[in-house]
Amino acid sequence: MGALSIRNVRKSYGTTEILKGINIEIEEGEFLILVGPSGCGKSTLLAMIAGLDNITSGEVYIGERKVNDLSPKDRDIAMVFQSYALYPNMTVRQNISFGLEIRKVPKAEQQKIVAQVAQILQMEQLLDRKPSQLSGGQRQRVAMGRAIARNPTLFLFDEPLSNLDAKLRVEMRTEIKLLHKRVGKTIVYVTHDQVEAMTLGDKIAVMKDGEVVQFGTPQQIYDNPVNLFVASFMGSPSMNFIPCRVAVLDGKFGLKMDTGGQTHVFPVEGASSALAAYAGREIIVGIRPEKITHKVDFLAGAPNFYVAETTIEISEPTGADTLLVITINDKNIVCRVHPDYAKSQGERMAFMFDMSKTVYFDPVTELRIL
Amino acid sequence: MLASPPSAVDDTVRKPCRLSLSDRIETWLPKIILAPTFVVTLLFIYGFILWTGCLSFTTSRMLPNYEFAGLSQYHALFANERWWVALKNLALFGGLFIAGCLAIGLSLAILLDQKIRGEGFIRSVYLYPMALSFVVTGTAWKWMLNPGLGIEKLVRDFGFHNFTFDWLTNSELSIYTVVIAGVWQSSGFIMAMFLAGLRGVDDSIIKAAQVDGASLPVIYWRIIIPSLRPVFFSAFMILSHIAIKSFDLVMALTGGGPGFSSDTPATFMYTFSFTRNQIGMGAASAMMMLMIVAAVVVPFLYSELRSSRRG
Amino acid sequence: MADSSNTQTQGSSRFGRYLIYTLLGLVCLYYLMPLFIMLSTSLKTLDDIRTGSLVSLPAHVTFQPWLDAWSKACIGVRCEGMSVYFWNSFRFVVPAVLISTLAGAFNGYVLTLWRFRGSDIFFSALMIGCFIPFQVILLPMARTLGELGIFNTISGLIFVHVVYGVSFTTLFFRNYYVTIPDELVKAARIDGAGFLRIFWRIILPISTPIVVVSIIWQFTQIWNDFLFGVVFSSGDHQPVTVALNNLVNTSTGVIGYNVDMAAAIIAALPTLFIYIVAGKYFVRGLTAGSVKG
Repeated sequence: MGALSIRNVRKSYGTTEILKGINIEIEEGEFLILVGPSGCGKSTLLAMIAGLDNITSGEVYIGERKVNDLSPKDRDIAMVFQSYALYPNMTVRQNISFGLEIRKVPKAEQQKIVAQVAQILQMEQLLDRKPSQLSGGQRQRVAMGRAIARNPTLFLFDEPLSNLDAKLRVEMRTEIKLLHKRVGKTIVYVTHDQVEAMTLGDKIAVMKDGEVVQFGTPQQIYDNPVNLFVASFMGSPSMNFIPCRVAVLDGKFGLKMDTGGQTHVFPVEGASSALAAYAGREIIVGIRPEKITHKVDFLAGAPNFYVAETTIEISEPTGADTLLVITINDKNIVCRVHPDYAKSQGERMAFMFDMSKTVYFDPVTELRIL
Repeated sequence: MLASPPSAVDDTVRKPCRLSLSDRIETWLPKIILAPTFVVTLLFIYGFILWTGCLSFTTSRMLPNYEFAGLSQYHALFANERWWVALKNLALFGGLFIAGCLAIGLSLAILLDQKIRGEGFIRSVYLYPMALSFVVTGTAWKWMLNPGLGIEKLVRDFGFHNFTFDWLTNSELSIYTVVIAGVWQSSGFIMAMFLAGLRGVDDSIIKAAQVDGASLPVIYWRIIIPSLRPVFFSAFMILSHIAIKSFDLVMALTGGGPGFSSDTPATFMYTFSFTRNQIGMGAASAMMMLMIVAAVVVPFLYSELRSSRRG
Repeated sequence: MADSSNTQTQGSSRFGRYLIYTLLGLVCLYYLMPLFIMLSTSLKTLDDIRTGSLVSLPAHVTFQPWLDAWSKACIGVRCEGMSVYFWNSFRFVVPAVLISTLAGAFNGYVLTLWRFRGSDIFFSALMIGCFIPFQVILLPMARTLGELGIFNTISGLIFVHVVYGVSFTTLFFRNYYVTIPDELVKAARIDGAGFLRIFWRIILPISTPIVVVSIIWQFTQIWNDFLFGVVFSSGDHQPVTVALNNLVNTSTGVIGYNVDMAAAIIAALPTLFIYIVAGKYFVRGLTAGSVKG
């Protein structure tokens, strides 16, 4: 059995159902991310795992044990909160050792653990300060230190980086990843930031409206989203969605792309039987910005690579690349172009479309067709 | 890698997978803690109100009896001239007291808001009367308003030989002495409330008004004072509460007199219940006081709830 | 306003400032005058009072009125001054303050950090206790105290003041604890702390400001109370406020205005002292429960 097993967990408050049957299994040492928009139920699910709230139905297993009826302190978990939740009247040292004290760990042992934790997180000099004397990043580290000191089987993180400014967030993200590598424990991490989800997780559960929409590795979710929502949620800048009519040409299928000046038909390679039901109708084509670049001569003409020239509506240089907005089928499409090749706003430019990873969605059900 | 503390797992594997006794106590403990207050509130507030209500429907005089008497006590109450005097006094005193405190409190708060040096000291001088018992205040003002030896004598000694200030012994005017003393005692508190409210006004709104060209008095009148509406409401509620309950001050200052000319419902209730052995009527007057308070408080709370739900 | 300096122009502000300070000064006099008059009257002889004026200083300072007020004045049938009643007040005020504060702290703790279904309704119902005119409970309470055998005793007064003080103290603590984030309690629960330990180790240590406010507010309210004192006690067990009223309002022979004033100041001393020493907490108490939101 895996390290954490969530079986058909449901949670209702009165008549409102917040969690509608969650099933997740992860192995020991894995980093699970629960990601989704506000209100999707991810924090509620975390509270269920932690035991901070009752489960309406279903079961949660941590390791071999069914923990439904256990109080949080008996579940062998540790949690890091969005607001750090450090005890304001205690020093950093006392904050870390509070849990150990309750478990009646001998004083000498407590000191040893505190020293070890401080060393791992590089906060030896902070041990005698109070939380009010620490910066946001330092407080976050103390919160993590408190969790590590408990040496639990399961770590829970509830949006721990949301209160930090952008730069600090990136730094702490790396620290958390390093920590996971070092400590090797199972982690469940809740966030609404898909960048954190992609960079930190071994497995991601994308949630919406109380259900797990898709569960898989970051790359699986990125490359093979199961519906429009997952496709739009992951990836920054987000995937382009182009409504295209499916054209039939010599028994092959193609997509009509209207750039405002010309109409192109991009043939679709392989698995075209899936599109048969949509011949002549409109589907939604998903293509990521990084798959639309400047024209690379030796690739033009290769299967899956198509070129079209059109006007640049807006140019957004970010330094590392330049995002160019063009219009196809009356929609604004974002293209990620190398700054050296990007032309200016208003100019015409040849764009190359790499259709190899394109995904296709039914416009009504929003499910993936191909 | 980390020296591992005794794991929580060891304990629970041995225990059965049900809620332990200590866990069960834990879930009930908050409610147990609240229980004494719950019982006390139920019995001594709501229960007693019901009891007094019942008494008001009986013929009790010196001792409670539970012979149902319908509304006769209330009839007697409203046929009683003294009760009407008390009600009239409540309206007079209440109105003047509230208006006076609000006006003085707001004016002082505005003055103090002008970055005054020694503001802390001045504020504590204005506020200290609240630390006094109404009995002490009543006693002090009773002396000051003493016809013959107090302010009357003082002004006469200045040369105004015909000045009279015998309100304390004047049936028509005795209630106004209560107003004077009451306003003296409570206006400082209202000032503190308004000052806190003024300090809470968003600076950027004022700056926007200045950019629009408004002068200081206009800013105060059109922008700041209207934004103090919640403070007005709170102050009004607190003051009306003090006014309705005013017993200590009246007893100490005038004793309800001369005669019963400065009686209030509170002193009426006390007199009839405890010195004149008319418990039934006393209970009726107490219920009337409750209804008067409810008439003021309920609309206020209702509007508070509505605005907090909207806001 | 936080920053009104830029609203004042240079020239006219001088005159305006003088005007403001003058007004404020006059108002200070208005508030201080009664206290001054009480004090100076209490130090005069009766002759001095008759011949002098209300605001004049004593011709000869005498402390006899104070001695009389404390230990010789006749209140009711006893002629032992205010001292008896002064200590009476202490004997019931201190326990009542401590008990109601403790109860309020626990109640506030439960109502904000351990909420359960119905706890908000309970809080609203409790708050109504702050609003009722006490006249509606006087008769039943008098009867109940009699039945319990604690009518006209110190315990009876403690009981009454605790029962009706708990609503206020709960309001104070609840409004204070409402600012403590839930996550703090969650973290402590995960650490293994239970209901009582969390209160003792985490919440109480950060409650000092509100505990002080509650104690000061309750002390002032209970010490200054007159209604409960005059209804639920008589004779020897009365609080100092009732004694003062009796002293001043029962005139046998010559009215000792100077003694009256001395007695009034004696009655006012403890709360005045607390106000001077810890005034800012007093203000916080006044505004804590009243100005909502």
